[in-house]
Amino acid sequence: MENNNRKELVVSAIKSGTVIDHIPNDMVSTVIKILNLYEVTNEIVFGANLDSKKYGKKGLIKVKDKKFESSEINKISLVAPSATIIEIEDYRVARKFKVDVPKKISGIVKCFNPKCITNVENAKTKFDVLDGEDLKLLCHYCEKITKKGTVEFL
Amino acid sequence: MKNRSLISISDYSKEEYLQILELAKEFEENPVQKIADGRVIASLFFEPSTRTMLSFESAANRLGARVIGFSGASNTSVAKGESFADTIKTVANYSDLIIMRHPVEGSSRYASEVSHVPVINAGDGANQHPTQCLLDLYTIMQTQGTLDNLHITLVGDLKFGRTVHSLVQAMCHFNTTFHLVSPDELKLPSAVKLHIKEKNLNYYQYTQMPDALQQADIVYMTRIQRERFQDPLEYERVKNSYVLNKALLVDVKPNMKVLHPLPRVNEISTDVDDTPQAYYFKQALNGVFVRQAIISKILGLK
Repeated sequence: MENNNRKELVVSAIKSGTVIDHIPNDMVSTVIKILNLYEVTNEIVFGANLDSKKYGKKGLIKVKDKKFESSEINKISLVAPSATIIEIEDYRVARKFKVDVPKKISGIVKCFNPKCITNVENAKTKFDVLDGEDLKLLCHYCEKITKKGTVEFL
Repeated sequence: MKNRSLISISDYSKEEYLQILELAKEFEENPVQKIADGRVIASLFFEPSTRTMLSFESAANRLGARVIGFSGASNTSVAKGESFADTIKTVANYSDLIIMRHPVEGSSRYASEVSHVPVINAGDGANQHPTQCLLDLYTIMQTQGTLDNLHITLVGDLKFGRTVHSLVQAMCHFNTTFHLVSPDELKLPSAVKLHIKEKNLNYYQYTQMPDALQQADIVYMTRIQRERFQDPLEYERVKNSYVLNKALLVDVKPNMKVLHPLPRVNEISTDVDDTPQAYYFKQALNGVFVRQAIISKILGLK
């Protein structure tokens, strides 16, 4: 009982907003970056190393009074394919869904090819997502594939 | 194709390739047609090239267009620190079409997005060189009478050779069987093989060239570049194992032709030059007709 109470304190409920749950433990800061949460003024609570029945340890982010467009939230699928998005209204779960991998992404990932124009000029990166699970991104410009091992987020 | 840039061979459809090849044939029969009189074509070679630049300029001149531009970026405002995008936007104001070669990969695609006139990619680093690919298709058509159901043997650097990648991609439209000959270090990248697999076509990989010559209708040779190897000894070993000479041509099909994007170093012995199979110099000449066709299509003149 006591344990449960403490858990509630750690991940306290919000009245309205969005909870991003089941983020891989080491990806919390990357997700914050991808969603540009450093720039918003909403109240944000985030946690890492939280116990999860499914994943062992997980990360979680709560953003008060904010809903995300699906095109925006789906960007995080590249680093957090397991993430669950929970929209809260009046302390209740209004909607709960998993993220989808987008077909195209722009300006999130750096092209791994040092000879690519996006690494030489001030050109925004664009990729076709060939494989979202086992990350494979085809660069719109140099046509090289950036993979999981070489991916770097902008 | 009017006003559409040609950056990558996948920008055009099979039908569009065939239209260009048909028009190229018209230019082969009648090369001087001053249909682009009064047009200005910018030829921007940020990296020097002889064959491609001269064949483009020759094509433009035979169409009656004026050519402006430069070869090597050292005398331009790029050397003063101007951004690439600014250079392209400026040149777009002075011309109806931009032909460009640049060592940075993806630079042509980017140029086509900032320019309000169409761009033809004449090579962007190790990425694409679509006009070379179209002239290869033209040459294959010319020698075989068809592009369909052929056996093509590609030899040498299949990993970094941009002409190989585009050619494989384009020939996947024509039910081709591919025979891929390369050292293990220089095999065709999986991203390119994906095109073959998507069309359910057959391909065979070899490390020895003689095994892949008998079936071939076309043997496409490429140069193995020293800088691709970390170990210079490995380069020496490999380079001499992919040399085509006259003695190897005894058992080949009678219709077989040898192509090469040129320049060659030693991968085709000079004793092949006067065999009926040698076709690489004719291939280079075809470049002018094919580029005339591409320029006319994009300018909307034909």
